Amino acid sequence: MTGYILKRLASAIPVLLGISVIVFLIMALIPGDPATAILGSYATPENVEKLNRDLGLDQGLVARYFIWLGNMLQGDFGRSFALNRPVIDEVLDRFGATLILAGTSFVLCSILGIAAGVVSAARQYGFADKAITFVVLLGISIPSFFLGMMMILIFAVELRWFPVSGMWPIYGDRNFLVLLDHLAMPALALAVVATGVVARLARSAMLEVLRQDFIRTARAKGVRERRVIWRHALRAAMVSIIPVLGIQAGFVLSGAVYIEMVFQWPGVGRMLVDAILKRDILLVQGGVVFIAACYVMFNILVDVAQALLDPRIKT
Amino acid sequence: MMAFFKLLARNRLALVGLIVIGIVVLLAVITPLLPLADPDVTDTPNRFKPPFSSGAILGTDHLGRDLLSRLMWGTRLSLAMGFAAAVIAAALGSAIGIIAGYFGGRTDNLIMRGVDMLMAFPYILLALAIVAALGPGLMNALIAVAAVNVPFFARNIRGITVGIAHKEFVDAARLAGMRDRQIIVSEVLPNVAPVIVIAMSTTVGWMILETAGLSFLGLGSQPPQADLGSMLGEARAALITNPHTSVVPGAMILIIVMGINLLGDGIRDALDPRLKSGALSRPMAATQVDRKDPVPAATNSLLDIAALRTEFRVRGRVYKAVGGVDLHVEKGECLGIIGESGSGKSVTALSVMGLVASPPGVITHGAVHFDGADLIGAPYKNLRSLRGRRVAYIFQDPLATLHPLYRVGDQLIEAIQSHEQVSKPAARARAIDLLKSVRIPNAENRIDSFPYEMSGGMRQRVGIAMALANGPDVIIADEPTTALDVTVQAQILSVLSDLRRDRGLAIIFITHDFGVVGQLCDRVAVMYAGRIVEEGPTDAVLSAPQHPYTSRLIDCVPTLGGGQRKLAAIPGRPPMVDRLPKGCAFADRCDKAQDACRAGDIALVATDAGHKTRCLFPENMERARA
Repeated sequence: MTGYILKRLASAIPVLLGISVIVFLIMALIPGDPATAILGSYATPENVEKLNRDLGLDQGLVARYFIWLGNMLQGDFGRSFALNRPVIDEVLDRFGATLILAGTSFVLCSILGIAAGVVSAARQYGFADKAITFVVLLGISIPSFFLGMMMILIFAVELRWFPVSGMWPIYGDRNFLVLLDHLAMPALALAVVATGVVARLARSAMLEVLRQDFIRTARAKGVRERRVIWRHALRAAMVSIIPVLGIQAGFVLSGAVYIEMVFQWPGVGRMLVDAILKRDILLVQGGVVFIAACYVMFNILVDVAQALLDPRIKT
Repeated sequence: MMAFFKLLARNRLALVGLIVIGIVVLLAVITPLLPLADPDVTDTPNRFKPPFSSGAILGTDHLGRDLLSRLMWGTRLSLAMGFAAAVIAAALGSAIGIIAGYFGGRTDNLIMRGVDMLMAFPYILLALAIVAALGPGLMNALIAVAAVNVPFFARNIRGITVGIAHKEFVDAARLAGMRDRQIIVSEVLPNVAPVIVIAMSTTVGWMILETAGLSFLGLGSQPPQADLGSMLGEARAALITNPHTSVVPGAMILIIVMGINLLGDGIRDALDPRLKSGALSRPMAATQVDRKDPVPAATNSLLDIAALRTEFRVRGRVYKAVGGVDLHVEKGECLGIIGESGSGKSVTALSVMGLVASPPGVITHGAVHFDGADLIGAPYKNLRSLRGRRVAYIFQDPLATLHPLYRVGDQLIEAIQSHEQVSKPAARARAIDLLKSVRIPNAENRIDSFPYEMSGGMRQRVGIAMALANGPDVIIADEPTTALDVTVQAQILSVLSDLRRDRGLAIIFITHDFGVVGQLCDRVAVMYAGRIVEEGPTDAVLSAPQHPYTSRLIDCVPTLGGGQRKLAAIPGRPPMVDRLPKGCAFADRCDKAQDACRAGDIALVATDAGHKTRCLFPENMERARA
């Protein structure tokens, strides 16, 4: 297993390099003088000249890439001109909030999606299946930002069950229960689309598995139907569900942008949107590379989970 | 193509989606012609007028602009953005995919690596990066959304193209001296075009959502021009005080995307061959029973199958897999059932414990009495408790019939614990004994193996051990040795034979191999087209077969040292069981068939002690009487 994990980690290196190249190339699309774009139009000539020297902006594209990459590898993602602090500090400060939000949503969408898909498949064409199929269709069709707004209207403004927005109350304690109270609505709103996608896939994966011979064997042994479905069939279906969970992790991680805007959640997504509107290029660049790298790492975790589940994947 | 539209029309939800999208698109197209207020004229004294107020059916927004008019224009813009992004992404992605798939080799490798890199990004993040570089704006958001979706098309279309690039007609075009560019345009493109259209139909909903999302964040359309996303974004500030300004554009996005998803699902289903064949239906825990006729009475036999009929109902057609079978087996006896594949022998066996996949399988007639009680239509609880405990199965291919992801020991332990309250260590000890009893060497270690780590013979022994786990009275073995080497086959047969002698097991042994029957079985029944055509003591049937089908079947068996004998394959094929002939089902392949054979149903008649034949002109009768 250790060998497999090391092999997967090694294979992530070219992907990470590829990501850095892509981000770099996208940023090279910026029209006009990059130093002015990065520092804003009120930059002093001295600052522009210093930046040009630091980032090698006066040199060729390839040289610039390697200067940028070298700086990043030393933990230097540049300096945000709008916030006047190192990009990496800002990203790290914000990332925790995003991780809490996206992580909760990911757990929610995995559990709810798989459960819904299994029930749906086990009761194919029954009432539960039809009801779930309809709710799932609704879920994958509703924009998460609209859903979030409607949840605020109903559950925060009308029913007063949850706070309207934010991660912490302005005054008062900061404990786990308070966090949960603030987290419930945004996490759910973010999870809905991913839940729908997972549920659909889980349903078809289960239907595929339930027709297989080893399910008949389990039934012929006299295994209880509930165990046939939730152990035998689900375990085999997980082999095709897990890769989709990996994709959904990326979806909730980046989809958090909308939810962070709607619920005033102090995460990386909101930071990125603010940075884009302020044309704070280095902050965007650093934030994007950082999140993409985290996602690549998470996908390695997914692969390892897959290998643990299916012994046939050679370690 | 017509069949496709018919299938689409039959899917009512898809039709609803089509109609909804049709209406929305139509309204968007004729928006400039409608008598609407100017969407961009502000009228601050009349801001936030509620819906249904005079002059503004949907009310006004925070600047007093008419919401209905803004909604219509916004819908128009959102749809146009979504479709444009879909077309751009499809065109670019397909071009990349076709080039990669057609040329293959290094080109393919390089392109697909790049595509994989792009796909390593969380989706929306990449769009944000592009907008960040190009700057907020409608066109830039459009470019970003299209760019993010290019890899999806590239990968899909490449897969299809790879399949086409090696087809004969492409080779032929190449030999005819056509250039690559010509071949791509005239041979490859027409074949991938339908796939491109389908991929577009399933992604255009996402693209509308994504462009709306970017506009919602303030990165797409800029004021005063508004698409649905930016309308929602602007309304957010007044969400609590004037929710209608948010609900109106939000609901419209929901309607559009839902309509497109319904339609896309319908198209996908209509094209999925598995749905058409009903292959995606889930078999239930027990076979459905639909008996209208009276149930045959119980007998004294241990297991007695009486007048059993099992059919498969697939899309209005009825396949009569088992058409009235009578069989019985006693304690310590081995009954062989022999026949070609498709003769209904497996379905007969699976019907006993309600294991026929259902849907589409239905048991329509007859009874299966075990120990005096009818199993057909028995409550699931009773059936489950008997399965594996009193009547156990051994199946053909143990690689497919053992769970691939559980250790064989756990599967054995589960078989024990399904019927008895035993602690795990106790069950494990019993499992090891079971493995030993089927002569698996080194059972203490093998118990922790996965099925894929074992050889075919070992796996089948595990299958037998599992069947023995609860000391059953009857074992139904469905071609347990077919997938095995001859030497392994002999070992397995001797294991079964010993068990029968030692434990007094009754065995129903299904096979298409007369050699196996001769070795193991006391009696044998020959099945053809869902019915028994001959039944009797093994010696009698093998040495003096009475039904022409049986004797032809025996003639097909090659014998050692009989090299000079001509092997006689039976001409023709068995009849389809959804269109069985009126008389003898074998008549069309029988060289003795006469008009009487085709006239009507032929009964299974006793010809000799325990020997029965379903034939008007049986063979070897003089020997039977002698």
